[in-house]
Amino acid sequence: MNRIKKLFQEKKNILSIYYTAGYPNLGDTIQIAEALQKSGADLLEIGFPYSDPVADGPVIQASSKQALDQGMTLKVLFEQLKDLRKHVSIPVLLMGYVNPVLQFGVENFCKACAEVGVDGCIVPDLPIAEYEEFYQDCFEKHNLSNVFLITPQTAEERIHKIDGLTNSFIYLLSSSATTGKNLEVGNTTEAYFSRIKAMNLKNPTMIGFGISDKQTFDKACSYANGAIIGTAFVKALAGGNLEESISNFMKKFRD
Amino acid sequence: MKYKVNEKGYYGDFGGAYIPEMLYPNVEELRQNYLKIIADPDFQKEFHQLLKDYVGRPSPLYLAKRYSEKYGANIFLKREDLNHTGAHKINNTIGQILLAEKLGKKRIIAETGAGQHGVATATVCALRNLECVIYMGEVDIERQAPNVARMKMLGAKVVPASSGSKTLKDATNEAMRDWINNPVDTHYIIGSVVGPHPYPDMVAIFQSIISEETKKQLLEQTGSDQPDYVLACVGGGSNAMGMFYHFMDDEQVKLIAVEAAGKGVSSGFSAATTYLGKEGVLHGSRSILMQTADGQVVEPHSVSAGLDYPGIGPQHAHLFKTGRGQYVSITDDESLEAGLLCTKLEGIIPAIESAHALAYLEKMEFKGGENVVVCLSGRGDKDLDTYIKYFNL
Repeated sequence: MNRIKKLFQEKKNILSIYYTAGYPNLGDTIQIAEALQKSGADLLEIGFPYSDPVADGPVIQASSKQALDQGMTLKVLFEQLKDLRKHVSIPVLLMGYVNPVLQFGVENFCKACAEVGVDGCIVPDLPIAEYEEFYQDCFEKHNLSNVFLITPQTAEERIHKIDGLTNSFIYLLSSSATTGKNLEVGNTTEAYFSRIKAMNLKNPTMIGFGISDKQTFDKACSYANGAIIGTAFVKALAGGNLEESISNFMKKFRD
Repeated sequence: MKYKVNEKGYYGDFGGAYIPEMLYPNVEELRQNYLKIIADPDFQKEFHQLLKDYVGRPSPLYLAKRYSEKYGANIFLKREDLNHTGAHKINNTIGQILLAEKLGKKRIIAETGAGQHGVATATVCALRNLECVIYMGEVDIERQAPNVARMKMLGAKVVPASSGSKTLKDATNEAMRDWINNPVDTHYIIGSVVGPHPYPDMVAIFQSIISEETKKQLLEQTGSDQPDYVLACVGGGSNAMGMFYHFMDDEQVKLIAVEAAGKGVSSGFSAATTYLGKEGVLHGSRSILMQTADGQVVEPHSVSAGLDYPGIGPQHAHLFKTGRGQYVSITDDESLEAGLLCTKLEGIIPAIESAHALAYLEKMEFKGGENVVVCLSGRGDKDLDTYIKYFNL
């Protein structure tokens, strides 16, 4: 059984952490992954940076730019992840935009993911139709899960289609927003989360965008199988000792 | 129809809608409605009325006598520079604002480089009393102060884009981010034939008035609606697509698209996308763009802010790949010299963008008597500072 499926079968209130590969330093990728696993993360989303990240707010844009300036590329990242599975046993997803994948080559990308033990991908600007036509076969051949996003504006019929294409989990955006906005769970958001919950989808869901503290995390977990934290974690990496920053950050959620 | 968009939103290998899910409902709403709305007789009536009475169309097709003598061919200038607000950009913003109204949108956003599209958008927002927010790179805000003032007078809010190179590409990113964060009441007026499907097709349709008129005017003036050559400059490519649109299926008409070579195609300071670019995805469509081996977008350079863009529209990529269009490039220096030449020969100060198209005449060889149409996409008022500095005027 794959690592993602197993995780969702065995655990509730899953905590997934996003970070940008190559930030704060080019070579930190594995060290951050290990520290996160040690301090209680259940799932990792490693971002491969892109020059024009339109779905991201200022914090992740800045971390992406710094990573690129320091020399991060997909080639460098796969090299760093060569021994990933010697260090980390929790599921790992790669997250990034479609153009670097295209230039690396879809087949090469999927093959490299499988070789280093990456379990799946999140590519926000890869639409469903293009995924089905050009990517799905290759992803499936290499046992890679592709995670799709849904927003409060996603129509019900489309949610069912996404559920059908998914074999890991669905990424539920708390609102239509770029990353790093605060989550305000008002009546509309609550109605949306409840609506999705009542659809009884075959796949588990994870809530992302705007989760930054224990309170918003717990709230998200009451509607979904867990939540994803990105911007708040990337911010926490900005200064000081890496291991300490990570363990202090994670204590807020795991004590 | 072989060069037009197919049902899936592609031109051959190019196009599509590579957008995050957050933008899907907006783009899908547009995709399902744009052709229907545009075909509606009431829409057509209002669109054409505004183009006539407000923009000042049809724009003249002017047989430039002294140019013609110099090059030994009949050089016609399609005078988009005479449009209200000074360029072809307003053809598209008039169309899109009417469309946005039909979709019930209350708020308009747009990106701008030199400020021409920003001014054209702010203008139609004033005209139709809609809220208007323009994203513009910090660098461009500094170097295009008069256009920033125009937009403010017109009631628009100008928001600086401070990420990346702080120019057009980054203004486009910020506008897309705004649209993600305002998914219901906002319409994004993209200014060129770029972006996710249906934008490249929609903008091309609104700009196609350029070649529609040109055909009629050529028939009246030369007895044939088929010129030998049609030339236009290409940044994203909206004036070129408008100029090529009704000639694409007339295979004997040679289409020449002129890109900005900047300081030279190999100088590292260039925007000659078809020379320097590779296939990839930027701003929602698969096209040709300037990028690193790792797929990171490379910063372009051109003296002309309107051509300072690292990609081209997907339909241009298709015309290039199929060989239907010839894609060439002109340097900063050549374009400025051509701008001065046009001013001296014809008494017309062209936008530096348009001067790129004019500059290519110098490199062509004519047998004599060919009919050549050049799209004079905009006037040079906005570029006086650049001309003044270059020629020590």
